[in-house]
Amino acid sequence: MDWGALHTILGGVNKHSTSIGKIWLTVLFIFRIMILVVAAEKVWGDEQDDFVCNTLQPGCRNVCYDHFFPISHIRLWALQLIFVSTPALLVAMHVAYRRHEKKRLFRKGDQKCEYKDIEEIRKQRFRIEGSLWWTYTSSIFFRLIFEAVFMYAFYFMYDGFRMPRLMKCNAWPCPNTVDCFVSRPTEKTVFTIFMIAVSSICILLNVAELCYLLTKFFLRRSKKAGNSKQQPNHENKEESKQNEMNELISDSCQNTVIGFTS
Amino acid sequence: MSWAFLRDLLSGVNKYSTGIGRIWVAVVFMFRLLVYIAVAENIWKHEHDEFECNIKQPGCENVCFDHFFPVSHIRLWALQLIMVSTPSLLVVFHVAYRENREKHHNQKLYRKPGKIDGGLLCTYLISLILKTGVEIVFLVLFYKLYNGFKIPHLVKCDIKPCPNTVDCYISKPTEKMIFLYFLVAPSCLCIILNLSELSYLIFKYSIKCYLKRHMKKQQ
Repeated sequence: MDWGALHTILGGVNKHSTSIGKIWLTVLFIFRIMILVVAAEKVWGDEQDDFVCNTLQPGCRNVCYDHFFPISHIRLWALQLIFVSTPALLVAMHVAYRRHEKKRLFRKGDQKCEYKDIEEIRKQRFRIEGSLWWTYTSSIFFRLIFEAVFMYAFYFMYDGFRMPRLMKCNAWPCPNTVDCFVSRPTEKTVFTIFMIAVSSICILLNVAELCYLLTKFFLRRSKKAGNSKQQPNHENKEESKQNEMNELISDSCQNTVIGFTS
Repeated sequence: MSWAFLRDLLSGVNKYSTGIGRIWVAVVFMFRLLVYIAVAENIWKHEHDEFECNIKQPGCENVCFDHFFPVSHIRLWALQLIMVSTPSLLVVFHVAYRENREKHHNQKLYRKPGKIDGGLLCTYLISLILKTGVEIVFLVLFYKLYNGFKIPHLVKCDIKPCPNTVDCYISKPTEKMIFLYFLVAPSCLCIILNLSELSYLIFKYSIKCYLKRHMKKQQ
């Protein structure tokens, strides 16, 4: 089992995403997960074995490695990918819930239901509107937050995105300040910069998608307001009926109150 | 045979779960199984090779490692994942039994074999209790075996054949501790989800029962 299972889950969400969302998913899978699995894991594979300190003191290498790499780059990336993919589950759950409701209505024999069979419900693509819009937008918002947090964590933990060749360590039991050499620093720097760049692209895509969804929302609202203005007679009739009802209700309430007090 | 079997089992269980049960499956899958396979396994991969003692005495390192890590964290983690997913099999078996019975008698005995009512409700509640119990047992085991959820970077060992008290250094202690918290936090979340699901189901079906009796009395 590997990231393939995540691909299956997110692939399901893909159907209900916007075009920008589909591009984001492609970038995630090809330029992040695939690069992580196929290339980056091998570059960091021998990181502790080839981390060499200029001392024979047993334990010094372990302690210095732990001091400079509290959590390895590769593990941070894997965690980042898992966290960034998780909000899409919210959308998947919402879609599954909607499908379940429609199937229930279909089985009850609801005449409003416009589907011919259950297969059609299963294959249906939901439009991003109503409550699904809110779920989708929140999932993009959380994605952005997670990306930003992990990028900051990287920057903070490793003092930038460069992997130095040499680190000076004087943690106990190293007898003095000892030179420790990192394995493949240039290759690791290249991959770090690559992953950060792709993260930034994903952040930009998420921001663009958020703007697109908000623009669509406001346009739809103004369209609805425009449509309602064009049908004033119908609206006025409805309004006057509602006003009558309100008056009746308030009159009856007043009578009840008067009845109680007297 | 690999973790794919567990993944398929969890997907199968998902079909017969409540809403909270589905959230539980998602948490187990994303935050426990995926983190374990994609990330944690590699951290503990060379733990024995990288365990270093400040001595050249043959056998001392082996003995000290064995003393401080009777069962490795990663193995306990794997066992926990397997044992926690297994009670859901009870529900799957019960539904299969119901479907078999319907086939055997060639008539509709249940409103819907997968609906949680009657005997299946009891099975589902038992599976929830077992899952919660297993989670708590493993958390307590972790705590007792390793004196809390901390991993020290140095342990002092004086077991034969080590001649004196010897310093032994554990590899990647900080990273291991971070991922240990990654084990504990979703476990606690799963316990909370299981208990909520248990309360929700008991509450829902008590209300149903009470209403049924009330209707009968009225009639």
